[in-house]
Amino acid sequence: MLTKRIIPCLDVKDNRVVKGVHFLNLRDAGDPVELGARYSDTGADELVFLDITATIHFRKTIVELVEKVAENVFIPFTVGGGIQTVEQIDELLRSGAEKVSVNTAAVENPELLAEAAQRFGNQCVVLAIDARRSKERPGKWQVCVKAGSEPTDIDVVEWAVKGEKLGAGEILLTSMDADGTKAGYDNELNKAVTDAVNIPVIASGGAGILEHLYDAIVDGGADAVLMASITHFGNYTIKQMKEYLRSRGIPVNL
Amino acid sequence: MIVVIDYKVGNVKSVCNAFRYIGCKVKLSCEPETVENASGIVLPGVAAFGYAVSALGSLAELIKEVALGGKPLLGICVGYQMLFETSSEYGRHDGLGLVSGSVVPIPPGRVVPHMGWNLVELPEDMELFAGLGSEKHFYFAHSFYAEVADSGARVAFTDYGFDLPAAVQKANIYGTQFHPEKSGNTGLKVLENFYEICKGEALKC
Repeated sequence: MLTKRIIPCLDVKDNRVVKGVHFLNLRDAGDPVELGARYSDTGADELVFLDITATIHFRKTIVELVEKVAENVFIPFTVGGGIQTVEQIDELLRSGAEKVSVNTAAVENPELLAEAAQRFGNQCVVLAIDARRSKERPGKWQVCVKAGSEPTDIDVVEWAVKGEKLGAGEILLTSMDADGTKAGYDNELNKAVTDAVNIPVIASGGAGILEHLYDAIVDGGADAVLMASITHFGNYTIKQMKEYLRSRGIPVNL
Repeated sequence: MIVVIDYKVGNVKSVCNAFRYIGCKVKLSCEPETVENASGIVLPGVAAFGYAVSALGSLAELIKEVALGGKPLLGICVGYQMLFETSSEYGRHDGLGLVSGSVVPIPPGRVVPHMGWNLVELPEDMELFAGLGSEKHFYFAHSFYAEVADSGARVAFTDYGFDLPAAVQKANIYGTQFHPEKSGNTGLKVLENFYEICKGEALKC
């Protein structure tokens, strides 16, 4: 049986880890390579690095960052931010990333998912979805692109299903409504997506206390939980999270 | 020196980084002479099977030859799958055929890809797992798996609703479906064990 995964997320802007609330008001959280190595040493199951400055254009600095991280991190890590072509995906995988996440580019060109899956295997291809509760359609969520700045008419659940069909091997599902609030994951959103797809879903956005992690797994059906604020700023260690989950009967790698 | 086969695809750097981290000299190469002179060979692979096989091209024959000649060979993930005879990932493809068996999709009824940390039961007689106890978590990321049909091979299993082969050993030929280079300290120990095996072989020559 697979363990449930604890995944710290490092949002990187201008080579620093930052963390905001609802994608805004960014606060400095340290050096990405140092922070990554620390998480690798202290039992994180995976890491996610998102270059949040790069949504419009792929930047070479992301490749340099991946190379440095890979020398110090011996757990899988995903990298995302501004990736638009299979060549860029190839470069990042060759630089040491285990998986690459695509967001805006997949919305604009869904075939990118299929091309990447055929060339690298679908386990490398993470579809990142930034989801916002729809005001027009209650009980639905809309896909937002360009670092959450641009809402689209695309329904999140439909997009997740389509992404799986095209070749995504995993979905990184961020609730923009919950992001950075520490008020808990949006488990209605998580449940709607995990019920609709057969690939693993990483719940993201809103972790504040240990119980939130449990709820995302049990109520939301998530295979992995992603967090930033509560671990970067020292509220909880990875070990504390895993011990808590294990004490409540969740299988973890501890 | 251990040579990691550079077949210009997927994540090969992580494997090199992990060997360097444990103090092993390692070279990323696709030159036949370097492969022939290596104390051990690692066949990594993050790619679809067919793409990986065609990227390997004429090196495939050489790798087969030196492996059959006794040089330690470690296949990782798709590199491990390539040790077998055939695969049905995106069409039918031939592998190296060093271990009998075929690579097939993970059966329906569970989440695919099998991605994450799973507990592997470690047989005592597999040198790759020396010093690791009876079971450990390793990191997996794959949608296909090898059905091992080789009576001469030892196999370690993990539970994914069925007994999924997680690692194989046949004489000097080793393979792991999981990623030791991404399995934290436990995985680094597996690479150390392979390094020790290579050192032992080098002394025999």
